[in-house]
Amino acid sequence: MDFSLGQDRQMLVDSLRRLLAAKAPFAARKDGAFEGSGWSRALWQDMADLGAIGAWFDESHGGYGGSPFDIAVVFGEIGRALLTGPYLAALQAGHVLAAAGQTDALAALIAGTSVVTYAEEEADTWFDPAAITTRATPTGAGWVLDGAKTVVAAAGSADRLVVVAQAPQGLTTFLVEAGAPGLTIRDYLLVDGGSAGDIGFAATPAVLIGTAGEAASVIEAARALALVALAWEAVAVMDVLRDHTLDYLRTRKQFGQAIGKFQALQHRMATLALEIEQARSAAINAADRASGPRTTRERAVSAAKVTIGKAGSLVAEEAIQVHGGIGMTWDLALSHYAKRLMMIGHELGDEDHHLARYIALGQDIIPA
Amino acid sequence: MDLTYSASEEAFRSEVRAFLAAHLPQRLSDKVRKDQHLTRAEQEEWHAILQTRGWLANHWPVDWGGTGWTVMERFIFETETALAHAPRILPFGVSMIGPVLLKYGSEAQKRHWLPRILNGTDWWCQGYSEPGAGSDLASLTTSAVREGDVYIVNGQKTWTTLAQHATMMFCLVRTATGGKRQDGISFLLIDMASPGIEVRPIKLLSGDCEVNAVFLTNVRVPVANLVGEENRGWTYAKYLLTYERTNIAGVGASMAALDELRAIARSRQRHGRPLAEDPQFAARLARTEIELENMQTTNLRVLVEAGAGAAPVAESSMLKIRGTEIRQQIDDLTRRAAGVHARPWLPEAFEGGWNGAPVGPDWAGPVATRYFNDRKLSIFGGSNEVQREIITKAILEL
Repeated sequence: MDFSLGQDRQMLVDSLRRLLAAKAPFAARKDGAFEGSGWSRALWQDMADLGAIGAWFDESHGGYGGSPFDIAVVFGEIGRALLTGPYLAALQAGHVLAAAGQTDALAALIAGTSVVTYAEEEADTWFDPAAITTRATPTGAGWVLDGAKTVVAAAGSADRLVVVAQAPQGLTTFLVEAGAPGLTIRDYLLVDGGSAGDIGFAATPAVLIGTAGEAASVIEAARALALVALAWEAVAVMDVLRDHTLDYLRTRKQFGQAIGKFQALQHRMATLALEIEQARSAAINAADRASGPRTTRERAVSAAKVTIGKAGSLVAEEAIQVHGGIGMTWDLALSHYAKRLMMIGHELGDEDHHLARYIALGQDIIPA
Repeated sequence: MDLTYSASEEAFRSEVRAFLAAHLPQRLSDKVRKDQHLTRAEQEEWHAILQTRGWLANHWPVDWGGTGWTVMERFIFETETALAHAPRILPFGVSMIGPVLLKYGSEAQKRHWLPRILNGTDWWCQGYSEPGAGSDLASLTTSAVREGDVYIVNGQKTWTTLAQHATMMFCLVRTATGGKRQDGISFLLIDMASPGIEVRPIKLLSGDCEVNAVFLTNVRVPVANLVGEENRGWTYAKYLLTYERTNIAGVGASMAALDELRAIARSRQRHGRPLAEDPQFAARLARTEIELENMQTTNLRVLVEAGAGAAPVAESSMLKIRGTEIRQQIDDLTRRAAGVHARPWLPEAFEGGWNGAPVGPDWAGPVATRYFNDRKLSIFGGSNEVQREIITKAILEL
């Protein structure tokens, strides 16, 4: 049994950490994440050049890794640096492309030359793909899409979208170009930085990815990898929040002593540290089981989302509380980490959603 | 990253399972599964079975009768024995006084006492807590005054588990006052048959009498029974409290209890459907399952670190806190599952050989008792609040 990352992954981690420390320091991120599109295309290219995107895919798909642990460590560094950009969406989009053998589009994604985002969620789907209403219609000249997607990452600044829609055959994935006819985008910033948008489709031309009607298992598997990524991102964010809070407990003095001397705060800090270690174990379990059979995989990723949901809220709220007034300020990095952690809870299904899913999977009542 | 057990670890697991299948008497595992009381003879019988195989003091050095197992093998052994409902190995001899003697005892003490632990000659109990010294153990006042080649011991120990069976007690006594409290404590081995010792049972809220008060009045203890140096006992006592804590989470025992609970949740009906399909109950059960899955990996991470030579202090305390909380949650859910049938109290059912009719489902009899009894888990061995102090001290470095 071995819980170390291994030499290759550690090298990737080290190079990403150097890159992000140099090019995405908090001083720049603090306001940069809320200006324009809220993310840096140049940094995206740097990330791609270092292999951060290629690490998500195996060699047969033109990547350099492909293990869930490769995905995990990249998103750990994204979390540590609080990096904005449609990385998680690109991970899902890329795995949909990979599953269908769309090597050209995937190669451009891996090279960083084409930013591909992912549009699955709609206003009323609540992470249930069966509730998707965006319609795909075959025409003589190919497929067209009609409908709407919501909170699509970097909707207004990506080059392409992978879209999940209902075709006559069932759930199907499509590739849509950013400037396609009939595409409308309402772009907005996000509470934790970066941007997303609502997308409307009106007879928008789209290219079929894979086989019509057979996307359900593909998008579920892609989402499982995204949940692994989010879990590792969340744990990295929690680590930063813990370290900042420990520093504050050591240095902030009230009533004539470091506030870390107060037992009420000590016990809460111990609980925080414990919850973070349990969350780390859940994230490791998710990455480990992500290559396993479907029920094993899905239960582990849902268990991880439940765990980081519970621990994440606790860590974010306690980190702010222990910091007191200063924890409420925009200029303190801590507050931005806390916001990111809370908003992770709103991505890909919250704690309640995944608890219900974990239970249903245990009773074999979620159809594959 | 590799979360799989090695081929040799899997082979070891098979060896443990085969041993349990062949040598764990079903009459013992039945009693453990039903939460019935083991007699002293039954406990000793299990120790003897393990010792025949050389597995009783499995964490001791090979030269003294240990096995040379890795931390991972010890974890596998703990897990498999718990899943098989084997009686637990009582810690007082093999896991408490044994390691202290191995590290701090004289050659003569090791040669005399260690074999007696292995062959069951002695049943040890732990004389640590006192009425005025619980979590604040260093405030203990039981005194030992040296007169020639004996110490005269006076005082009272409490919460002494299974002292009613014990032939020997390892005991913290005060041999000096004035300086730093920790510096006046010594570690004595006391024969429970000595004149002046009185053991009084303490009846617990569950109705069990597993702990005792031990009164010591002018008890004469040979100086040869002093472990290490006089006034250095605190060091030895602390070593004991930190020894072998990598299995402190009780993951195996919780896995076994959770298996039972899952079976109950499938069979027990409420409002015409199994509890497993009741949203409230299913959510509580799922959260506990997830915590235990996480705990297992946390425990394995600590084991791998310990196997590589690290001394995981904060991590051990995390295992103790969350491990005991999980076990208490399982007990709590099992109690809830019983509904109204948690209430009847048939203490005679806790003894072996009882053939009466249960009230309600046959598993419901002991659930409330177990729930109350296991409140101890977050109190003993350093309360969970003390564990939080240990964690903060380690990570805050203030």
